[in-house]
Amino acid sequence: MNRRTTTLIVQCVSIGVAFLLGGIVIKLIGVSPLFAYRALLDGAFGSRNAIGETLVKMTPLILTGLSYAFAARAGLINIGAEGQLYMGGILATVAGTGFAGLPMILHVPLALTAGFLGGALWGAVVGYLKVRFSANEIITTVMLNYIALFLVSYLVTGPMKAPTGNMPESSPILESARLVRIIPGTRLHLGFFLAIAALIFYYHFMFRMRQGYELRVVGSNMESARAAGMQPKRTMMMAMFLAGGMGGLAGAVEILGIQGRLLQAFSPGYGFDGIAVALVGLNHPVGIPVGALLFGFLRAGGNRMQLLAQVPVSVIYIVQGLVITFVIIGQNLRLFEKVRVRSLMEKIGRAEAPVREAQ
Amino acid sequence: MELIEYLLTTDLRMAAPILIAALGLLIMEKSGVVNIGCEGMMLFGTFTGVFFARLFGSPWIGILFSGMTGMVAGTLFAYIVVTLRANQIVTGIALNIIALGATSTLNRVIFGVSSQAARAPGFEPVPVPLLSKIPVIGNALFNQMGPVYLALLLVPLIRWFLLKTTIGLRIRAVGEHPHSADTAGISVTAVRYGSIIGGSFLVGAAGGFLSLGILSLFSENMVSGRGYIALAVVIFGGWKSWGILFAALVFGLGDAVQIKMQTSGSVIPYQFLMMVPYLLTILALSGIVGKSEAPAASGKPFRSDEL
Repeated sequence: MNRRTTTLIVQCVSIGVAFLLGGIVIKLIGVSPLFAYRALLDGAFGSRNAIGETLVKMTPLILTGLSYAFAARAGLINIGAEGQLYMGGILATVAGTGFAGLPMILHVPLALTAGFLGGALWGAVVGYLKVRFSANEIITTVMLNYIALFLVSYLVTGPMKAPTGNMPESSPILESARLVRIIPGTRLHLGFFLAIAALIFYYHFMFRMRQGYELRVVGSNMESARAAGMQPKRTMMMAMFLAGGMGGLAGAVEILGIQGRLLQAFSPGYGFDGIAVALVGLNHPVGIPVGALLFGFLRAGGNRMQLLAQVPVSVIYIVQGLVITFVIIGQNLRLFEKVRVRSLMEKIGRAEAPVREAQ
Repeated sequence: MELIEYLLTTDLRMAAPILIAALGLLIMEKSGVVNIGCEGMMLFGTFTGVFFARLFGSPWIGILFSGMTGMVAGTLFAYIVVTLRANQIVTGIALNIIALGATSTLNRVIFGVSSQAARAPGFEPVPVPLLSKIPVIGNALFNQMGPVYLALLLVPLIRWFLLKTTIGLRIRAVGEHPHSADTAGISVTAVRYGSIIGGSFLVGAAGGFLSLGILSLFSENMVSGRGYIALAVVIFGGWKSWGILFAALVFGLGDAVQIKMQTSGSVIPYQFLMMVPYLLTILALSGIVGKSEAPAASGKPFRSDEL
């Protein structure tokens, strides 16, 4: 069996175990797991509207998953997609509520670009602090998440608050900047295709372009990257810029396609879910949409499960957390095999090139 | 004067759970483990604290169970990150998500879906005779709840433990240079397990104090970022006990001032004030205000057969 097949099998078994344990939790609550899971499936795929909702939830998840993956391929851990998403949301709202009279063909790209830049700049701050001051990106991204959250809270209660009404929200996005709904009777909007386009860009950039190749080399072995004359610092900056941009786009599509205005805490944790999406998807352009489908399906079906089976929607979080846990356990059990093989080789006394594991 | 007294009193009380959690994190971090799952561990602690305080009618028993819940979560965390050598950050995030789901589910199953939050017998302030009568600082320092005094005592205690005892020395050796420690016959695995489980007791108990000392009730996702603040406090405090106390007070003051400002209105939007601790942490991490240096092996899994 080759490595790729093993990885896929381990990945599927891990997810299966997580759902099995989730079923036990549901059983403990006193509901039949099969009934609950059927309601979950029904809520996510049972009707045209349900499928639409699953795809709507998938859209930002693909983008935040890409945000994590862009950084991870460069050896950086980006916990900041949530903050980047909010910054993207802010700038997309600024562009989408201004520029009245602009035709749609210009206004939508303008608002999306603004969203991308909002997140990208937030990501670039992390990259700068990393290469200039060697500040740990894990902590700076966590801190910047909170700063972005407070900034949104300030803006929607202060300078960007809609002049009419008392709610903490901005004026509505102009019609010319909205992402068009593509299937009647659902909320599925153009942003879904943008997410697919972003996946194609990710594939092309990572595996077909020199910059992407350098990014992966920096991520897997900094020393050889340096020895080969690459510039790791510049590469890391670029990785964080693109990672942030993906997070920003996630915020932009959510505002321009679904919410229609800037709101306090408009993301139900899409940024954090993106980490799980990338993890399940192994940072791979085909894996990421599969991961996004898995978590989008949980989010879309959860409410129906609560309604029909009286299983609290919070059980979904348990299943999500278990999926992440078992996927990492699965990925690390594989490491064990290699260690065993390696120490065996050493015992035999054969010179074996050191096995490199991406950690 | 009244304002200062109010701020000091509120500050210490708001700072206590963050301080306790941060001291727990300090022990883990010194052994080279980063626990982003602090938020989730605290959340587990808030729930079991309220549950057992109701059951036994005593907040002390409640907080004890909070700590023990932390240890259970810590053992699982240790298994995944030490034995399986999984990525500590992703594991921590998973822990946070599971804790949010588990405590919210348990809350609805045990206490029902009613909007009435589950109340529990909470801690009462214990005035120290005479000292609590000192003007201004008396009330703030000497009329606090029991766990607040304990938290303050923990600061020199943990400093002594980490710097002066053999176990403390081993923890630091493992966090700074695991391979040397391993060569010297110290079991990196055992030390990390111990640090994580011991530290997790404090993290869980910090959650218990949050629910039993500040609100006397459980509400869903009630930790609301304090676990991440505790992580920030460790960094801003420069991985030193006294530094952590100072940092916790600074962060707690932000909370105290914010409550005052929201009720009385102010020129500066409170959100900007709320950002300050996070900004300070970034600056501290970047070495712009005082260089804060993490243990050398921070976040790295250890295997003895690889240099």
